[in-house]
Amino acid sequence: MNHIALKMLMGDTGKYVGIVMGLTFASLIMTQQPAIFLGIMARTYSFISDTGLPDIWVMDEKVQFIDDIKPLQDTELYRVRGISGVAWAMPMYKGLLKARLANGMFQTCNVVGLDDTTLIGGPPIMLEGKISDLRRSDSVIIDVDGAKEKLGKPALTPNSTPVPLKIGDSLELNDHRAIVVGIAKVTRTFQSQPVIYTTYSRAKSYAPRERKLLSFVLVKAAQGQNLNELTRRIREKTGLAAYTRNEFIELTYHYFMKNTGIPINFGMSVLLGFIVGAAIAGQTFYNFTLENIRQFGVLKAMGTSNWTLLRMILLQAVLVGSIGYGMGVGLTALFGYAMRHSILAFKFPWQLLLFSGVGVSLICMIAALISIIKVIRLEPAIVFKS
Amino acid sequence: MVAAVRCEKLVKIYDTGGQKVIALNGIDLSINLGELMMLVGPSGCGKTTLISVIAGILDQDSGVCELFGENVNAMRSKDKLQFRARHIGFVFQAFNLLPSLNAAENVSIPLLINGVKRAEAERLAIKVLEQVGLGDRWKSFPSQLSGGQQQRVAIARALVHSPRLIVCDEPTSALDHVSGHNVMTLLKEVALHQDRALVIVTHDARIFEFADRIAQMDDGHVVKVT
Repeated sequence: MNHIALKMLMGDTGKYVGIVMGLTFASLIMTQQPAIFLGIMARTYSFISDTGLPDIWVMDEKVQFIDDIKPLQDTELYRVRGISGVAWAMPMYKGLLKARLANGMFQTCNVVGLDDTTLIGGPPIMLEGKISDLRRSDSVIIDVDGAKEKLGKPALTPNSTPVPLKIGDSLELNDHRAIVVGIAKVTRTFQSQPVIYTTYSRAKSYAPRERKLLSFVLVKAAQGQNLNELTRRIREKTGLAAYTRNEFIELTYHYFMKNTGIPINFGMSVLLGFIVGAAIAGQTFYNFTLENIRQFGVLKAMGTSNWTLLRMILLQAVLVGSIGYGMGVGLTALFGYAMRHSILAFKFPWQLLLFSGVGVSLICMIAALISIIKVIRLEPAIVFKS
Repeated sequence: MVAAVRCEKLVKIYDTGGQKVIALNGIDLSINLGELMMLVGPSGCGKTTLISVIAGILDQDSGVCELFGENVNAMRSKDKLQFRARHIGFVFQAFNLLPSLNAAENVSIPLLINGVKRAEAERLAIKVLEQVGLGDRWKSFPSQLSGGQQQRVAIARALVHSPRLIVCDEPTSALDHVSGHNVMTLLKEVALHQDRALVIVTHDARIFEFADRIAQMDDGHVVKVT
């Protein structure tokens, strides 16, 4: 009877496409909005995940997230270096500074100062130039998106795009000249500001005069050292906060989850998408069963068992669910792919595939269940009514 | 003659929103094997309820309805379902063919319900379609067939699993005179034989001539059998 179920489903192309489209739409909005949400949330900690080498981040104990800088005295670096189990500890400056552009406009930039000697904490991917070029005087490395967009030189003709900054170009940071020696690829940050890498000492000269300018101490644990044990020891000995990379990511992530409207806004959007998608797909599938109720009645009158009818409806639900789900996530993936070079945040992990799969299955199961109840309760004598 | 159907003091009452409607009020009727019995009477007299009970798709409230000596109402629902699938064929007023299946697939449904494999079921279905004069149209979908042809497919569907009782509900009312006459000729010639009985509910006086006996119903009673 399975082929009859499939032919009943696909016999009316319009209705069949309607159900599949409903489920595709449900699946699309169940994955697209969360993917954007996850993309935005991933940007909140992108700087931490881009900085791959250190195991532990040390900072003021009041720091709540990556951009919440509460500077330390440079002497804290030496205190951390003196703790057993620390292979190395390097300073990092991170702050927002204004860059003066060629057209006289100002642009706030995320300036990162790396240890002058080792340049640890530098950009993950160099597109042009070398990270060691930072040792040249007044040198900076800028991220490719910043170079193309916000730090770009004025367009040559009105209404055209800015001319990207390239190696050899200069800009002004807090009245200091900075020369571009490299272009790097970094993950966009939450505020999407351009990222400028330079040395720690040069970053301090760019930054406004303050007594404390050390933002973080980046720590590599000695081989075989337990990271939790080492963070506990650093906290104990220095009174500073010390987090493993994942802990710092979590701290930042939870700060944004707790203190911004992003989760509630996206949560509502995802929930609404789920409800709308479920309503459309469920209603369409239920209508399909209702429209075929006489056919089910005929089968029932001729001796088809409820169990067989249940199997037929489940098969129909599984088929349209699978196709709709596949098309929905496919469209989401295509959307993400098409937007990969844009400013749009997008992250599509396997967990999201699972989430939307469960969502679409739930919709299909509920719709099938309601339809099945209707068919089981169906009085086969309806077939004698004209 | 052996009774294919034996109804004794059959009562069926519908409860429609607190109001009781007596559809069958002590029906006594028997239909013999090899007989074509027509049930006639005005609308609402209980004809459709009676064939629904006879076909085992509606339970009576009291009385006995035996099919080939078996009390279908007393069977477990699974056995009743199997009994219906095996021994009863249906022909409906509105044909009730599945629009997305071709003629052969429609005809093969009773065989599939009875567990026959798909290929074999379709082979047998085409054979029966040949008997009803539609051997060359087995690939056609219901929408590609005329009303008379659709009813012939429905008759083939009612015959394909060799049931012992065929119940027909107004088989000619959706057809013109010629088609209706052809359908009745077909039913009489192909469907009826000594091991099978036919019960036909009808308003159509033009086909009364095909009946072996006619049971006239009124107000839930069989008032006359001629």
